[in-house]
Amino acid sequence: MKATAKFLIPLALFFVAVGFLFKGLYLDPHEVPSPLVGKPAPVFSAPILSDAGKTFNSADMRGKVYLLNVWASWCGACRDEHPVLMEMAKSDQIATYGLDYKDTDQEAQAVLDANGNPYKAIATDANGKIGIDYGVYGVPETYVIDKAGVIRYKQIGPITDEILLTKIVPLLKELQR
Amino acid sequence: MIPEIGQFSLILAFCFAIVQGTLPLIGVWKNNAALSNLAVPAARTQFAFIAITFICLDYSFFANDFSVLYVASNSNSHLPLAYRLAALWGGHEGSMILWVSILALWTMAVTLFAKSLPETFRIRLISVMGMVSIGFLAFIIFTSNPFERLIPAALDGRDLNPLLQDPGMVFHPPVLYMGYVGFSVAFAFAIAALLDGRLDIAWARWTRPWTTVAWVFLTLGIAFGSKWAYYELGWGGWWFWDAVENASFMPWLVGTALIHSLAVTEKRDAFKVWTVLLSICAFSLSLLGTFLVRSGVLTSVHAFATDPRRGVFILLYLVVVIGGALLLFAWRAPKVGLGEKFDVVSRESMLLTNNVVLVAAAGSVLLGTMYPLLMDALGAGKISVGPPYFDAVFVAIMAPGLFLMGLGPLAKWKKASLPEISLRLRVAAVISVVSALLVPLIMGKLTLMTAVGVFLGIWVISTSLILLRNRIKTRQAATPNLLENIKGIPLAFYGMLLAHLGIGVFIMGVTLVKGYESEQDLRMDKNDVAKAGNLNFRFDGTQDIPGPNYMSTQGTFTVTSNGKVVAVLQPEKRFYPVQGSMMTEAAIQPGVVKDMYVSLGEPLENGAWSVRIYIKPFVQWIWAGAILMALGGVLALTDKRYRILNKKAAKEAQEALEAFEA
Amino acid sequence: MKKLLIILLLIANFVLASSSAFAGEAKPLGDDPVLEARLKTLSQDLRCLVCQNTTLADSSAPLAEDLRQEIRKLMREGKSDKEVVDYLVARYGDFVLYKPPVNNETALLWFGPFMLLIIGGFVLFRVLKKHAGSEDIQAEDV
Repeated sequence: MKATAKFLIPLALFFVAVGFLFKGLYLDPHEVPSPLVGKPAPVFSAPILSDAGKTFNSADMRGKVYLLNVWASWCGACRDEHPVLMEMAKSDQIATYGLDYKDTDQEAQAVLDANGNPYKAIATDANGKIGIDYGVYGVPETYVIDKAGVIRYKQIGPITDEILLTKIVPLLKELQR
Repeated sequence: MIPEIGQFSLILAFCFAIVQGTLPLIGVWKNNAALSNLAVPAARTQFAFIAITFICLDYSFFANDFSVLYVASNSNSHLPLAYRLAALWGGHEGSMILWVSILALWTMAVTLFAKSLPETFRIRLISVMGMVSIGFLAFIIFTSNPFERLIPAALDGRDLNPLLQDPGMVFHPPVLYMGYVGFSVAFAFAIAALLDGRLDIAWARWTRPWTTVAWVFLTLGIAFGSKWAYYELGWGGWWFWDAVENASFMPWLVGTALIHSLAVTEKRDAFKVWTVLLSICAFSLSLLGTFLVRSGVLTSVHAFATDPRRGVFILLYLVVVIGGALLLFAWRAPKVGLGEKFDVVSRESMLLTNNVVLVAAAGSVLLGTMYPLLMDALGAGKISVGPPYFDAVFVAIMAPGLFLMGLGPLAKWKKASLPEISLRLRVAAVISVVSALLVPLIMGKLTLMTAVGVFLGIWVISTSLILLRNRIKTRQAATPNLLENIKGIPLAFYGMLLAHLGIGVFIMGVTLVKGYESEQDLRMDKNDVAKAGNLNFRFDGTQDIPGPNYMSTQGTFTVTSNGKVVAVLQPEKRFYPVQGSMMTEAAIQPGVVKDMYVSLGEPLENGAWSVRIYIKPFVQWIWAGAILMALGGVLALTDKRYRILNKKAAKEAQEALEAFEA
Repeated sequence: MKKLLIILLLIANFVLASSSAFAGEAKPLGDDPVLEARLKTLSQDLRCLVCQNTTLADSSAPLAEDLRQEIRKLMREGKSDKEVVDYLVARYGDFVLYKPPVNNETALLWFGPFMLLIIGGFVLFRVLKKHAGSEDIQAEDV
C-alpha cells in the first residue's frame, strides 16, 4: 500500500491546484481591498463644489453615518452608478456625500445639472491629494463611514442595486442603531 | 460564405478528432485492426480540415471581411497585409485556432515521421494526440467561435492592438506555440508507453528527438518574445516575470529537465518513472499556462479573454487530461523496473541533480505566479509577486545548478571521481575566479551580484571548452589527426557543448546589463547634446512622417564618439488613429559590447522633448545565448541515432532495439 | 601624454559643440537628479494600481504620476525609503509591493522553493544510494 501511495502524490497536488484555480475563476484580480477598512477615515477639509468660499470638513461629520462617494465627470462608470445614487438620495436613511476627484467645477456641475444631484454636499479634490489619502485607485469608489469616523466598508467600482441591498443597506442599519 | 466553410470544417475536424481519439484506442484494446487502422487517416483528415479552417479565417482577415465579429474586432482595412494575416492570433478565439492548428501540425508530423515505432504504440500515440485535440476543438466550438457573424457588418474594423503591430507578432506566437504545444508529443509518448506497459530504452530514444525539437522552438519563442518586449515597450526591459511569460518559462524549465533525464533513461534504462512524470508535467504546465492566460485568473497584460465560462471549460479539460494522465501514472508506474545500476557520483547522478535544481526552479516560478491567487482564494489579502521576488529566489536556486553544470559533462558515466573532476577543472576555476574579480573592475564597480554572475558565466563557458579540449586530446592520443578527430566527435556532443556555451553567454549578458546599464531621463532642446560615457547624443529635432496606418513623429539623434559619428538613431512616437493610442518606438544601435537605446517621451514646449537614453552593455548576449542553446538542440537532433527522416537509420535502430530486447 | 589627449578631446568636443548654433547640454528632467535616481530605484519595486502590470516607475497612468509627485514631496521632506513605502502600504495595502514582505502568510512563498530543493536533493541522494546498491561499479568511458 505504502509503496504505491507515493505515486498518487502528483495527482493529489494537482487536485489541490485545481481547487485554487476554480476558486480563482470567481475572484477579481483587479480588485484591491483597502487596508483602510476598520481604520479612522483620513481627516480633510476641501472647498465645496459650486459654493464658493465654503469648505467641507470631514471632522464635522463625527456622530453621523454617511457614504463618501468618489466620482468625476470624466468617469464613465460613474454615470452607470448615478441612477442608483439618485434612488438612494430619495430615502432619508442614507446620507451620501461626494468627493469630486481630479475634476473641474464647471464640468462636474454640468453633469449634476443634466442628471440630478444625489449628494448632500460635494467636496472637491482637484489635484487628487485626498484621493491618495483614501487609497483611491479607480473611480467610482464609495466608503461607508460610521459615527466614530471609522471606514467600515469600501466599494470599488459602481454600486449596483444588488450591492446596495445586500451589503450597504444592512451595514447602514447596523451602524445607525 | 468563406467563414461558414471555415466553421463547418472546424466542426468536421472536431468529429475526426473524436474518431482519432477514441476508436483506435478501443481497436488496440480489443485487437480490432479495422478500428486501430483509423488512427492515421483520421489524424490526417483532421489536419486537413483544421488547415481549411485556418485558411478560411485568415482569408477573412485578408479580404477585410468585417461581417465576421472576430475580424472586425482585431483588424482594420488600413492595417498592412502582414499584420492583417498575423492578426489571426491577435485575440482569444484566433489564438485558440493557432493552438489547435499547431497541434494538428505536430500530429501530422508524427504520422509522417514516427514510422519506425511498433504499430500498437504508434496507434496509441496518435490516438492520445487526438484526445488532446478533442478538448481544444470543443472549447473553440462551444465557447470561442471565431467565425461568429456581425450583423450588420462593421464599416471598418477596430484594429489590431498597436502594441502588436510589429514584426515580432508575425513570428513570436507561432514559434512559441510550436514549442509549448510540441510537448504534447512527449506527453502522448508517455501516455502511450504507460498504456502499452513499455517504459524502456526504446521509448526514451523515440521521445528524445521530439522533445528536443519542441524545446528548440520554445527556446526561440521565448527569446523572440523577450527581444520584442525589449524594443517595443520603450524602456528596454527584456523580462518582467509577468504571468504569461512565466507560463511559457515553466514548461521550458521542466522541458530542459526532461531532455536531461531522457539521457539517463536512454543510457541506463533507469529513472523511467521520473522521466515519464516529467513528460506529463512539461505538457501539463503548457496547458496550465494556457489556462492562466485564457481564463484571466491572474492579472496580466495579455489576458484578453476574461470569461468565467471559458475558464471553467478549460479547467474541466485540465482535470480530464492532466488528472487522467496522473491517474494512469499512479496506476502503471509502480510496476516499472529500476534499470541498470550506477554510482552515487556519476554522470547519471549529475544529470538527475540538474533535474532537482530545474524542477525546484520551476517550482519557484509556479509558486510565485500562483501565490497571489492562493492568498486571495484563502481570503488572506492581496499581494503582488514581482521581479524582486523572482530575481532573489529563482537566481538563488539556479546558481548551484549552474555550478554543477560545469562538473556534470566531465563526469564519467556509471562511476565518476570528484577529485579527478576537480583536478581537471582547476584551470577553469582559476579563470573564473580571476574574471569574477577583473571583469567587474573593468566595467566600473564590483558588487557581489556581478562577481557571482561573471564567475558562473565564465565557469560554464570555460568548463565547456575544457571538456572539448579533453575530448580531442583523448582522441589525439589514439590517432593524431586533429581535423579527423574534430570531425569524428558525434554531433550530439557538439550540440550539448553549444547549448551549454549558450547558457554561459546568456548569464554574462544578464549579469553585465543588470549591473552596468545606465539610464538618463533628459529634457532636450534641438541641438542639445547629452553625454553617456564617452558618447555624445545630439538631438537634431523631429519631423512628422506618415506611416501606412499611423502618424509618426520621428526624432533624430546623432551619436558621436571622439568627434566621429558612430550611429544615427531615429526613435518614433506613433499615433494610431483607429484606437487613438500612442506607441513609443525606441531606436537601438545594437552592438557586441553595448546597445545604445533612445526613446522619445513627451513633447515639451518649443520643440523640446523628454528623452530617455540608455546604454545597455552586453544585452545582445542574452539573445545570442538563447540562439546558441537552440542551435545546440538542432545539432543534437542531427545525431545519427535520431535521424528520424532517414529510413535506413530508423531500420538499424529498430534492429538494434529488437536485438536489445531479445 | 594622457593629459595631452584629454585636452585634444576637449578641444574637439568644443569645436563640435560650437558648430551648431544653439547647442547646449541636455538637462535632466527632474530638478534634483539624486532624488530622481532614488525615486527610480524605489518605484521600480512598486506596482502601479491602475495598469496593474507595470511598475510605478514605468507607468504613465495619471495616478502613477500623482504618486510619483507625492513620493518626490515626501523625499524632499526627508522621509526615508521605508517611510515612503509605509506611506503607500498604509493606503493601498501590500498589493503595491512587488517584493512581498516575509511573514507567516508568505513563508511558503519565500522558503517553499528552497525546501523543495533540499527535499528533492535528499530524496535523490537516498534513491541513488539504494539504486547503486553495494556492488562495485566500473566507470564507463564517454
